[in-house]
Amino acid sequence: MKHLDVAAIKDGSVIDHIDSKSTLKVADLLQIQNEEQVVLVGINLTSKFLKKKGIIKIEGKIIDQKEANKIALIAPNATVNIIKDYEVVKKFNTVIPEIIDGIVKCFNPNCVSNHNNIKTKQHVVNKNPIRLQCHYCERIMGAKDIVLI
Amino acid sequence: MVRFKQRDIISIRHFNKEELLCILDLAKQMEQMDNTELLKGKVLASLFFEPSTRTRLSFESSMKRLGGSVIGFAESGVSSAAKGESLSDSIKIVEGYCDIIVLRHYLEGSAQLAADVATIPVINAGDGANQHPTQTFLDLYTIQKTKGTLEGLTIGFLGDLKYGRTVHSLAYALSHFGAEMYFVSPPSLQLPNDFIDVLKDRKVKCHENESLRGISRRLDVIYCTRIQKERFADPVEFEKVRGIYRLSRAMLEEVGIKNDLKVLHPLPRVDEMDDSLDATDFAVYFHQARNGVPVRKAILAAVLGAIA
Repeated sequence: MKHLDVAAIKDGSVIDHIDSKSTLKVADLLQIQNEEQVVLVGINLTSKFLKKKGIIKIEGKIIDQKEANKIALIAPNATVNIIKDYEVVKKFNTVIPEIIDGIVKCFNPNCVSNHNNIKTKQHVVNKNPIRLQCHYCERIMGAKDIVLI
Repeated sequence: MVRFKQRDIISIRHFNKEELLCILDLAKQMEQMDNTELLKGKVLASLFFEPSTRTRLSFESSMKRLGGSVIGFAESGVSSAAKGESLSDSIKIVEGYCDIIVLRHYLEGSAQLAADVATIPVINAGDGANQHPTQTFLDLYTIQKTKGTLEGLTIGFLGDLKYGRTVHSLAYALSHFGAEMYFVSPPSLQLPNDFIDVLKDRKVKCHENESLRGISRRLDVIYCTRIQKERFADPVEFEKVRGIYRLSRAMLEEVGIKNDLKVLHPLPRVDEMDDSLDATDFAVYFHQARNGVPVRKAILAAVLGAIA
């Protein structure tokens, strides 16, 4: 039987192939602290593809494509497995959306979105490397500038 | 078919080459036209949360010369913003009193926010260090008029390239016309890297320099800007760069220039441009300021559907 570094879950979602250093950011984005059931987080696990990867397993939560796409901003290689009765019933890749709504703070301190109670919005101008353009102030931010709300 | 009716004018990035040229053609028609009643019965709300002379007065003059009327304020202290009202709320209120809003605000992106909230057209008259599209239209109009073309020119931008919104907008617009660009500034006021990347993505030949020396003979146009004290959080940083460039007739003769060079400046100037230049054929900045009226008349009339 295959040995698992992080225990299996019965029903829920597994976010796999997260760049190891981004694992806790993904956990933060998914607000795992609000989950009622078991959440397992593994960091620095061996991966053929990434060398070191992170994994998050959330019991009782089904992640849809829309939510998975938000993860792609931080962990573009991440995959999502939906688990039912210990079996993978659905597997899909995360895809960076064209528009990012309400999850990334504009890095420009003089942007109107940092001074008014409005939802932030960015247009994805490049996916690899990631470059986001603020809908309001038009400044373009790269991966290092991305701060989640 | 280019259409401007009911369109927001927020950023020069929202206009393609055909649309830019269309506005310049309409401005030419407006310049040849006497005062009209094209916008009779229409009301413009002029909301200036930051000081302005040329932009505000030329919008007001344009509206009145087209038969329309103007309401508004020229400083945020006299508006409900002073009582803590949000910009979104102010816009929702004001749009009930007018047909079109002209907005200047110190926060970048404020014009886009206003356009998202309003059901009537919004014209950006400057949002922080971001965009000032109608200034760019009049800059393009001035260059086209004085150089005879916009195609393939070599432009030198001088001064505050970091915070100067007119520079960002004009450089972007000229990228449609195959311009080669020299950006001359002290290191602390260089064009932001993200903007350089945008120009390079658009295949613009860009060069960064700290002096006009060695490049001035290649330039068809110098676009000079004021180093803006109000954009500096630290006055010590401002003192380090104030007065670093001073264009004068003698200075231009010394570094060497083309005989048909034109010098533009969005004004106001402080000490970056000597008045010895004013009487030369190089100086077109006062014409440039005057061109604000035909250009803004064209924009107002087109957006309000009086011309197409």
